[in-house]
Amino acid sequence: MFRTFIFGLLLGLFGAGAYLHLVPIVDQHRVPSHVTVQTNGGNQEVFSIRLPADRIMSGQPGAAAPVPAGLEWPATPAYAGFGAELFKIRDRDDTVIGVASRMRRAAGAGNDFVEWVIHLPARGTMFLVLEPKPRDGQARSGTLGVGTGEFEFRRGSVSESFVRDSEDEDPDSDGRIDLRVALVGLQDQAK
Amino acid sequence: MKYLIALLFGLACGTALLIAGLYLNPFAGRQSLSPLAVSDNVLVVLNYSMAPAESLVFTNDGESVRKPYPLKVQQLWEPAVQKTWVTVTEMTNARGEPVGIGIKFSSNSEKSRPLRGEALVDSVWHIFLPGRGTLLVEQVENYWALLREIVIPARWSSSDSWRGSWHGSITFGPGALGTAKVTGQSGAIAGMTAEGTESVNATVYSSLDGPLAMQGSLTIGTPTANPAR
Repeated sequence: MFRTFIFGLLLGLFGAGAYLHLVPIVDQHRVPSHVTVQTNGGNQEVFSIRLPADRIMSGQPGAAAPVPAGLEWPATPAYAGFGAELFKIRDRDDTVIGVASRMRRAAGAGNDFVEWVIHLPARGTMFLVLEPKPRDGQARSGTLGVGTGEFEFRRGSVSESFVRDSEDEDPDSDGRIDLRVALVGLQDQAK
Repeated sequence: MKYLIALLFGLACGTALLIAGLYLNPFAGRQSLSPLAVSDNVLVVLNYSMAPAESLVFTNDGESVRKPYPLKVQQLWEPAVQKTWVTVTEMTNARGEPVGIGIKFSSNSEKSRPLRGEALVDSVWHIFLPGRGTLLVEQVENYWALLREIVIPARWSSSDSWRGSWHGSITFGPGALGTAKVTGQSGAIAGMTAEGTESVNATVYSSLDGPLAMQGSLTIGTPTANPAR
């Protein structure tokens, strides 16, 4: 009987060890990606944000109705012209696949910027740098600055546009922000 | 029958032995000395409070010990973001003066391996420093030591809390020396690349409310420019 106990002890020790080694304790939920191949090489993916439903936070000095309610955004003069927003981000099927932050500064004197960080937990993060002013009054374009995970060392471009809903769509929605990200190759250091 | 009972008892003892070994292993997870401490770089420290109620916004799936803040903030309940939490916070310098605003995205990492003392979190900081520009800090964090030395003792405590003094680095990678990758994106620090580490100073933790007195410090070692001067 003692031998059976020792056998069980070793089985429990190595069995639990093998389980912890082989079975991941974290399993991120994955949603199939909707990536389209571009004719000139690379691929493109469109991420969307429905407004106002997907807005988690909108922070800017002196905002009359901050999001979320109760947000106390610092009123330091150094933050003048600066705003930060936080969103849930969706794929083409309208499924939430990640979160994103948008920082902007419109202070003039050449220090303006618009930046996005798109964080997709199962895939990685993209840091997108856009031009401060929309090119044709509607869409901004920019580049992929840094990527992590599956976006690491990738080179690409992005365009940001606001698409207003038509009248027969969701009455509670103002429209959506579309981010079209095109990944066209690898950065020099990854080659 | 008695052999079956002996086998099952042995299995339970073996599993318990493994868990005890993992928990008591003093060599796992703890990294108290930052690799940046022995470098020649200029060190810039950005501090922030890890208590959700002291941040501007904190959100997660709403079922964790750390409660979303403010109360009416949207929660991340969708399956793809359920294991993710976001902190928006004002960061201060070593003198306690506000120097910027940071947004931190954190997600449980699939590379976590308890056998190696690795409870990993993939995180990214998006930081705005007025007058300097913006930074992106990419890192893998290891919370094993913090879980073992603070969170579990707090659960076991009859007062559901832990009090003491704990300091440790949580940055685990992606740099070879366990450092984070820092990239300046706009303003005067555009194009800057540097290394960083994040450490935690904890004094009070509640198993019911999460961190109550816990400060995070992001240290950036920059050879060229001081982003938070």
